[in-house]
Amino acid sequence: MNMVEENKEFWRWSEKVWRDETMDWQGSESITAGIDVGSVSSQAVVMVDGKVYAYHSTRTGSSSPSSAHKALDGALEGSDLTLEDVHYVVGTGYGRVNVPFANRAITEISCHARGANFMAGPSIRTILDMGGQDCKVMRCDENGKVQNFIMNDKCAAGTGRGMEVIADALGVPIEDIGSRSFETDGRPPVVSNVCTVFAKSEATALLKAGWSVNNVLASYCAAMADRVAGLIERIGVEPEFFITGGIAKNEGVVNRVEGIIGVRAIPLDESTNLDPQIAGALGAAVFAQALLKKERKKATHQG
Amino acid sequence: MIANYGYQDGSGKYFVTIDTGKCEDCLGRWCVDACPQSLFLIEPDDYNNEVATIEISVRKKLKEKCVPCKPAGGHEALLCVEACRPGAVTHSW
Repeated sequence: MNMVEENKEFWRWSEKVWRDETMDWQGSESITAGIDVGSVSSQAVVMVDGKVYAYHSTRTGSSSPSSAHKALDGALEGSDLTLEDVHYVVGTGYGRVNVPFANRAITEISCHARGANFMAGPSIRTILDMGGQDCKVMRCDENGKVQNFIMNDKCAAGTGRGMEVIADALGVPIEDIGSRSFETDGRPPVVSNVCTVFAKSEATALLKAGWSVNNVLASYCAAMADRVAGLIERIGVEPEFFITGGIAKNEGVVNRVEGIIGVRAIPLDESTNLDPQIAGALGAAVFAQALLKKERKKATHQG
Repeated sequence: MIANYGYQDGSGKYFVTIDTGKCEDCLGRWCVDACPQSLFLIEPDDYNNEVATIEISVRKKLKEKCVPCKPAGGHEALLCVEACRPGAVTHSW
């Protein structure tokens, strides 16, 4: 193994930026933004007249305000739209109260449900979000309003952080874990799913016992799916079912969760160019749209 | 909305569940007053309705915080559950 491989950060997932180059924001009636500052990643979504104009997903730094600025700056980079042009901003996520330019903070529970509703449509009733350091399940109505939720953020098992630890321990790029977990010889038993530290120890021991890396990946994905499914079953799953967050892109966990709960998740329509990791920020931008409309209506009424 | 506050770890599932829809009909702060550990708060939700919630700093400590009210602490019934007249509060353990 050469020095480059030894220093490779297998846990590092790809940051993403996207803008609709065909959209002209000049002359639009409403420009809103949602900023989701999570413990691991931060996202910004900018909407123009209720349509997604741009988004950016980046790693959260040590400062929530700086991460919020970085997320939004990234979304607007290359565009002539600036923060001053944005009419209303909603902050969400763990760092939501530290988004200095936000007009309002709304919980990530409400924002994720609203974002999933926007992404996948009004038929969505159950949403699983597997984030960087927490895992949550929400039941919502046709408007994306939360009816029931449960969240587990006590430990890394069942979260993106847990997957990052395994990626580094096994020397597998995090984005390859899902597909490689199906390239196995048989169906290996699950590793411990109660603690990422224990799971990492088990994975290492299995490699020493002669297991292939792919078999260990399969075992860990199954353990994570089992952990997550337990949370889903606590509040029940009603179709349609949708998955958001970074691990939505890990087919190894997603397929196994579907197998345990017996319900397939609605796939994200690729033609939308949206990313499941932006669901919270997207929901925040949708809330911003509604709050801006309410504010303007109130101002008109009072005027 | 059914809000499940708490966590799941290797030793079990520890959630205090609050049916916040029932908080809208609540005329008192009985849950807040009844809890000897001061775990409950009344605050506006995302839709500006005043609802009960569990204080954020203790949500990952419920297993320990609720011990004094459990049978091990000498109680037959949970004080918060009994105090809540709309019947909005339940425990998972």
